[in-house]
Amino acid sequence: MATIDYTIPGEPDLETVDININVGPQHPATHGVFRMVLTVDGELVTDVDPVIGYMHRGNEKLPENCDYRQVIGYHDRTDYLAQFNTEHCFVEAIEKLTGITPTERSEYIRVILAELNRITSHLMFIGAFGTDVGIFGTSFMYAFRDREYVQDFFEEITGERMMYNYFRPGGVAWDVPDNFRERCTQVLDHINSGLKDLEGLIVDNEVVLARCRGLSRVSIEDAINWGLSGPLLRATGLEYDLRKAEPYSIYDRFDFDIPTGKAGDVYDRVLIRLDEMKQSVRIVEQALAGMPDGPIMAEGMKRILRVPEGEIYMRVEGPRGEYGVYIVATGTDKPYRHKVRGASFSNLSALRAMSIGNYLSDVIIILGSIDIVLCEVDR
Amino acid sequence: MLGILKALKTTLRAAMRKPVTVQYPTEKKELPHRSRGLPVLLWDFEKDEPFCTGCQVCARYCPVDCITVTMKDNPKKAAGKSKRKKIVDQFYLDYARCMRCDICVEVCNFDAIVMNNTWEGVELSTYDRQDLVLDTDALLKQSRTGQLKDPFREPMGVAHSGWSPKVEEEEEAEETKASEEGGEG
Ligand code: SF4
Ligand code: SF4
Repeated sequence: MATIDYTIPGEPDLETVDININVGPQHPATHGVFRMVLTVDGELVTDVDPVIGYMHRGNEKLPENCDYRQVIGYHDRTDYLAQFNTEHCFVEAIEKLTGITPTERSEYIRVILAELNRITSHLMFIGAFGTDVGIFGTSFMYAFRDREYVQDFFEEITGERMMYNYFRPGGVAWDVPDNFRERCTQVLDHINSGLKDLEGLIVDNEVVLARCRGLSRVSIEDAINWGLSGPLLRATGLEYDLRKAEPYSIYDRFDFDIPTGKAGDVYDRVLIRLDEMKQSVRIVEQALAGMPDGPIMAEGMKRILRVPEGEIYMRVEGPRGEYGVYIVATGTDKPYRHKVRGASFSNLSALRAMSIGNYLSDVIIILGSIDIVLCEVDR
Repeated sequence: MLGILKALKTTLRAAMRKPVTVQYPTEKKELPHRSRGLPVLLWDFEKDEPFCTGCQVCARYCPVDCITVTMKDNPKKAAGKSKRKKIVDQFYLDYARCMRCDICVEVCNFDAIVMNNTWEGVELSTYDRQDLVLDTDALLKQSRTGQLKDPFREPMGVAHSGWSPKVEEEEEAEETKASEEGGEG
């Protein structure tokens, strides 16, 4: 970068130069294999050059050689912290293209699981974010204790802890266990008490306040121009949530609020995620009360699913923002084109603008507040 | 200062309760019935042969191509001891590549393959990746020795694993043909 030619007062022969600092690709603060080349002037960051692509596995191209059943598994691996949300997006897209109507029961199951998944994802965020701020390990342990309850619950339903592969066009793979309601209520209780703990740890904590309040403010206009979505966008004060703005699945039946922030700073982004978890609990409670009995798979599904010619862009509100999938179908059992819009990719592109002018140690916090999943960025 | 005290209160409360973790290698959590370990083949104790007919449907539908199967004529059919015309000859499954997606279980028409829901056989660490390519005997061992008592299977005929009801054996040939076409499309 450009050399700044000024000298420190009183030290006339000392010249200062900007230096480059390489953070990552294997660094605990980068939340995955992500590299930042920071240009620093003393402690102030003057430029950030994000380097991505280390996690590229061809998750968009691979499904073009897979039939529609196999693609679901690859969506799990796109955003590995919000698997149900990504699966939801894909199966909804296929259902819209083929005109299959999923059964009522499966719709409720999907919403319950997707919302619980949002909670686990946000818990993961809070845990990792605490580490960035400096409450090393503590918040991580608390968040993971509660996440574990939900994870066990998912395992009882789907059999897997991470890559569920559970939603299908037309319904879900198999019915939930008989004790689903009791277990779900138990899990919600755990989450509620766990959220209290986390709030006690974070909300009024002076360390968090001192480091996060007022840091990296983003205005509504900037957020829209940069293409931010999800909690990052709502932290600026804009009330935009795809579950309300463009209700998919059965989200129009539930009563929930969209938490928004005021300042658009890092602190707001954390609070919003805490509030969103509470709203998700509300949705799950309502869905649990309204869940009907009945079949879990639509009638007349063929063993081989052929999707009629057409194209579709389907988007859902994932924990990180707008997760979208664009599919071009040509009437065969494989997608012709399969494109994923990852929320973290767009959000990460604003990192440079958000970090310039901040201190080196704060850039780590700003990166943490974006809540990236590198698998979704690189795909 | 008040906020930090509040946070300390949370810490103190947590210090008083029992640990939520388990000392893994010595203590193991109970796995749920549906737990999806790695796929294993099932042994038909009635006929004393594997359920698997070697039809290769699972091999075709595995997203990562980690299954290789060959089929042979069933000698027991000739002897009149079994109704299966064909039986599996060689079955290789690469555990190192398997992504535990459950698709092979879902598509198998004979309920011959299930996901292992015990702790045995899924704690794999070897020095050579080749050791993770299991052959027919190794895949059948779990079921044959009775370690795998209660595998999770969806009832036949009901929307089996969601995709579609399982087809009868007559329709089966037709379906297999159709899927072959689809495989090329
Ligand atoms: S689909 Fe079933 S019967 Fe056919 S080869 Fe695979 S395991 Fe054997
Ligand atoms: S579980 Fe999936 S990846 Fe593993 S063998 Fe079966 S189909 Fe292949």
